[in-house]
Amino acid sequence: MRDQDFFWDGIDADTLLLQKCSDCGRLRHPPGPMCPDCHSLNWVPQQSSGHGIVCAWIVSKHPTEAAAAGRIVVLIQLDEGVRMIANLQNIDPAHIDLGLPVELFFADVDGTRLPQFRPSPAR
Amino acid sequence: MNNLLNQTAIVGIGQTEFSKNSGRSELQLALEAAKAALNDAGIDPRDVDGTVTFQLDTNDEAGIARYLNVRDLRWTARTTGGGGGASATVQLAASAIASGAAKTVLIYRAFNERSGHRFGQPIRDPAFEVPRRDIHYSFGIDTPAKIYSLWYQPYMTKYGVTNEDLAHYVVAARRYAATNPNAWFHGRPITLADHQSSRWIVEPILRLLDCCQESDGGVALVMTSLERARDLRQPPVRVFGAAQSHLGGSDVLFNFYHDRDITAFHESAAVSAQLWQHSGLGPRDIDVAMIYENFSPVVFMALEGHGFCRPGEAKDFIREGHIDLGGSLPVNTHGGLLGEGYIHGVNNLLEGVRQIRGSAANQVAGAETALVSACRSAVVLGKA
Repeated sequence: MRDQDFFWDGIDADTLLLQKCSDCGRLRHPPGPMCPDCHSLNWVPQQSSGHGIVCAWIVSKHPTEAAAAGRIVVLIQLDEGVRMIANLQNIDPAHIDLGLPVELFFADVDGTRLPQFRPSPAR
Repeated sequence: MNNLLNQTAIVGIGQTEFSKNSGRSELQLALEAAKAALNDAGIDPRDVDGTVTFQLDTNDEAGIARYLNVRDLRWTARTTGGGGGASATVQLAASAIASGAAKTVLIYRAFNERSGHRFGQPIRDPAFEVPRRDIHYSFGIDTPAKIYSLWYQPYMTKYGVTNEDLAHYVVAARRYAATNPNAWFHGRPITLADHQSSRWIVEPILRLLDCCQESDGGVALVMTSLERARDLRQPPVRVFGAAQSHLGGSDVLFNFYHDRDITAFHESAAVSAQLWQHSGLGPRDIDVAMIYENFSPVVFMALEGHGFCRPGEAKDFIREGHIDLGGSLPVNTHGGLLGEGYIHGVNNLLEGVRQIRGSAANQVAGAETALVSACRSAVVLGKA
């Protein structure tokens, strides 16, 4: 999956990178080879602010491990306007509302460096 | 109305049993279903000149043609969009017939989806060059139940749809399955309490009984021109409309990245808008509907998308019994993919045909029109 390589290189450096079209300026995620607006193949990475809101969430568990805490999977709408999948930490699922403001941090999850989010203080 | 497709018809249907372990190859399942469908139509297998199947089907067209002893296979096509393309099979076949590219088209879908490769298991794509990390799977969203639940969650939250609301659909579907001898759950209806005591798969969205079956089996249909259909063995089932919709930025699994509201199934609205235009019909003209449901919430979102009720009102539509036999729109009268079996949604087409022929196990009295929707593709079938 070569189109994703820059994204994970960014994660390894604790930065969340989005693709920005060099010709029309449109930001995009998930990573892909062409701008869907102007069809340019030219792009540069742009670091995300790491701020956004929760658009959707679930708790991911193995169905036979109901007692386990599981991981909260969220669809985040970043302030830049693009959506991405990540995890949410530092909150009880019972307290998650759609539209919850969140902020980015990085963590090793099961030995893998991943972008994670947590509730952000009032901005 | 410029709709060449309505000069085509479904003239044969066939299937194997739906099981958890067929004990035979996917090729054999496909051939058994094909032979049954061609026999149903009264067409010599050697006369097939076109085929349609799914992108994912393991049965090569040439292999099918070899064993059917097809004289000259002149046209083939495959659908996109996984199960969402189930009804596109009819659109493709009808297009070939209307254009003259083929005269007799065999549609088939056969797999050992329970005893072989199971779609419901965590996805491990061997094509990833970096299998350690992926922008979806690495975050613990690695099964269809989880992937789709993330889509259902904002819909259910927005409209106050609870898992108990889903139970009303599942009980209705299982009631249909219970009286359908073809169904995996034949003779096994459930109560709301049974549903509510089944284990959580993704709490508080899906319980076990909200999930479709994983099934082994094969199904097939035969299509030809409406004119030729009138001389064949079965009463023709005419195609009044057939359409697909894959809106910009849409994704079959991760349908999160377009710039539309994520709490509606826009493709189901777009596909039915085409169908109403093709057929001159509207939601109120449909007598019975089959709706693809890998998981129960899809039925709710699709009922609204297709215009059978307004956004957020599917839960009341279902609770009030509209989808039951005798209701205003019986839905999934074979038991659906969670009650009859999961043959990737193509078994829904067979039930649509049976309803129009008047031969369904749970027959809707006087059914003249049937919508068979895989949400990203759909057809309106009717009496010729």
